[in-house]
Amino acid sequence: MPRGRLEVATLAALELRGLTRHYGERLALADVSVDVEAGQTLAVLGPNGAGKTTLLRLLATLLRPHGGELQVLGHTLPAENWAVRGRIGLLGHEPLLYRELSARENLGLYGALHGLDGDERAGELLAAVAMERRADEPLRTLSRGMVQRVAVCRALLHDPELLLLDEPRANLDPAASELVEPLIGRASGRTRVIVSHDPAGVLAEADLVLGLVRGRVHVLAGAAELDAGALVELYR
Amino acid sequence: MSAGAPQNRVVLGALLRKELRVELRSFSAVPAMSLFSVTTFVLFHFALQRNALSDDLASGVLWVTLLFAAVLGINRLFVADAEQGGFDGFLLSPADRSVLLYSKALTLLAYLLVLELVAVPAFALLLLGPALWPALPGLLVVLALGDAGIVVIGTLVGALAVRTSVRDLLGPMISLPLLVPVLLCAARAGAPVLGAGGAGALPLRWLVTLALYDLVFGLITFAVFDFLLED
Repeated sequence: MPRGRLEVATLAALELRGLTRHYGERLALADVSVDVEAGQTLAVLGPNGAGKTTLLRLLATLLRPHGGELQVLGHTLPAENWAVRGRIGLLGHEPLLYRELSARENLGLYGALHGLDGDERAGELLAAVAMERRADEPLRTLSRGMVQRVAVCRALLHDPELLLLDEPRANLDPAASELVEPLIGRASGRTRVIVSHDPAGVLAEADLVLGLVRGRVHVLAGAAELDAGALVELYR
Repeated sequence: MSAGAPQNRVVLGALLRKELRVELRSFSAVPAMSLFSVTTFVLFHFALQRNALSDDLASGVLWVTLLFAAVLGINRLFVADAEQGGFDGFLLSPADRSVLLYSKALTLLAYLLVLELVAVPAFALLLLGPALWPALPGLLVVLALGDAGIVVIGTLVGALAVRTSVRDLLGPMISLPLLVPVLLCAARAGAPVLGAGGAGALPLRWLVTLALYDLVFGLITFAVFDFLLED
């Protein structure tokens, strides 16, 4: 299985050098180094507990690294967290939406938090994911797939440069997956980090693949150099 | 739609609207607080076998009840944000962290005001000996200072406890000792107002002590709140 570190010379959106994070005694992420160019997609794979979600939360400024260096969108974290917040869209396991509020109310709240005027963009995004008709109903009355579609709108509301996606198509049926594809897929043109358990699926849309096992790098290579069968080994 | 630096006033308005909508649709805090206070007064009514309390006892019963009811609200203050990811959503935004403090403090204050709108008349009806109206101006002063103390301590403790797995235990364990001085000052300050012989003058010493305690904890909460939100 190929190992090593990819060197990308210009326009690095992400630069990780020996990134380490632990929770108490338990090491969650150890010595992870990778560069991702602006506009590229990094796929992160690995079994449960490999450190994938921890990596996303570090990139999103929600966790602080305990070792190594982390640059996101040209800023060193955590010292310059303030400079990148608002430029990152996170779509994780949780939708980060209030169940008692409607989709429109949730997006209105996030619009205010991000300094957006008006609700045009929220309306456009809701239309793009075919949620306009149910946009005024409390989220607790919607299916998980519908909530996930609203979460896609929430993550994209402020037009982020960097998208952090943790199983972004979870709970979505094929039709809904097609709807969100132009928004969060390669065609979006954004720098993306995608956590997935579907090696074949992410190889098709990734430029780089990072395979983690127990917080350590087991695979780091260009997607073109890998095949899905080899990546399945990560899960054994 | 255009993006710019979020204005604190706009963010505060949005957060308060969210709090109001969540509470009005879930009824998770204020009804429990109000029901608790009325039930406690009924229990005091039967336990003490008296329906005409005054002076120290009246003030003590009122403030102990309000304090325990307030703890219910403090425990619920951050729950929707923690359980539904609102904390992370807020932290991912460029909004000023202190605005969350203001929104939570104002929300807790609103909880307390509604609680007192229910609890004080119920107290007067079930337990208070002297008439409420003559006592009301003085009582409002004490309630305002007591509420300020509960708000600053409650917001601090709520933020501290909510990220732990034992928040229902930790909230009261931390907040009640910190609220003892508020209870002491408010009960002492309120006692003359609820005097059997008519509403007496407010004791300035207890009011000043309470105001100073509020101020100190207000400053502490303001200083550490951002730190509590971060990893």
